[in-house]
Amino acid sequence: MTYAIPAIIAAILIIALVKKQNTYDLFISGAADGMKIAANIFPPLLAVLTAAHMLRASGTLDIIINLLSPVTRLIPAEVMPLALIRPLSGSGAIGILTEILNEHGADSEIGRIASVIMGSTETTFYCLCVYFAKTRAKHTLKAVPFAAVGDIVGIVTAVLLIRLAKF
Amino acid sequence: MNYIWCAMVIVSIIVSVINGRVEETLSSAFEGAESAVSTVLSFAGVMCFWTGIMKVAEKVGLSKKAEKLLKPVINFLFPSAGEEAKRYIAVNMSANLLGMGNAATPEGILAMRALDRENPRPEYASRNMCMLVVINTASIQLIPTTIIALRAAAGSADPFSVILPIWISSFTAATLAALSTRLFLR
Repeated sequence: MTYAIPAIIAAILIIALVKKQNTYDLFISGAADGMKIAANIFPPLLAVLTAAHMLRASGTLDIIINLLSPVTRLIPAEVMPLALIRPLSGSGAIGILTEILNEHGADSEIGRIASVIMGSTETTFYCLCVYFAKTRAKHTLKAVPFAAVGDIVGIVTAVLLIRLAKF
Repeated sequence: MNYIWCAMVIVSIIVSVINGRVEETLSSAFEGAESAVSTVLSFAGVMCFWTGIMKVAEKVGLSKKAEKLLKPVINFLFPSAGEEAKRYIAVNMSANLLGMGNAATPEGILAMRALDRENPRPEYASRNMCMLVVINTASIQLIPTTIIALRAAAGSADPFSVILPIWISSFTAATLAALSTRLFLR
């Protein structure tokens, strides 16, 4: 794994040079897109992080975690907020993930589980709405359980891989 | 999200009154705001690097390669879809794979409209339409740039350590979701 990412980067740049692309200018214009992404996530990140800090400081988070304790035997309570927000809002999930990484440490077990959950699930309900919005279909609910399969499998395998397979 | 966010703040305030932690709660809101600023600043650096690299990757034909490799997968998942729809689906899936979400959604919507035109019973979402939505709600990403950038921003010693489990987990999730749709959705 240590070599995979540098190898991918080197391969992309070498192919670009061989194909005589203006690689530097391409990189710069791509980096400008990254700035737009960062600017776009800032306002929702601010909203979610302020609210998340308030939840923790007021003691509400402890109450929620206690209520969820039946489920948390399988899935750690600390990552439940992420699993709950993820299907609804991508920027909300980014905020919650940031909060978890800062609170428990990015390299802790909780931090790694949260990272893998983020990477293997999607903003399912948002996606369902956006994709069906421009079609004539009215009866679309039958897609929901199959979309939910993806998210549930993603969450469970994330926990299993980090906890049992020790990734 | 509207209701969730308002509920988070309002409930926090009510609970803080009950628990007698009003001052801590208010000052923690400002700590949250501050951590949003520091996160976005360190996030932006790593993110810009990756969007730069992925832009180069896109221009050297990585997207076209991915579209070609996805062809058999698309033929299996969308056996009855027309050629136009399949072209859009290929672009949509390869954009998702390369982590270009901004490019994936418009193509996905074009694919949905093409599938919609082929749908004999427009009132009911067709199997192909549902399949496209399901694979978009369980997408696999070659390099999960956002997560790497967030982990780097949070001070991870090895932001990439989660890539392999993310590949395994997202591949499992997407495969099971697509297979169950193919087998059980009527």
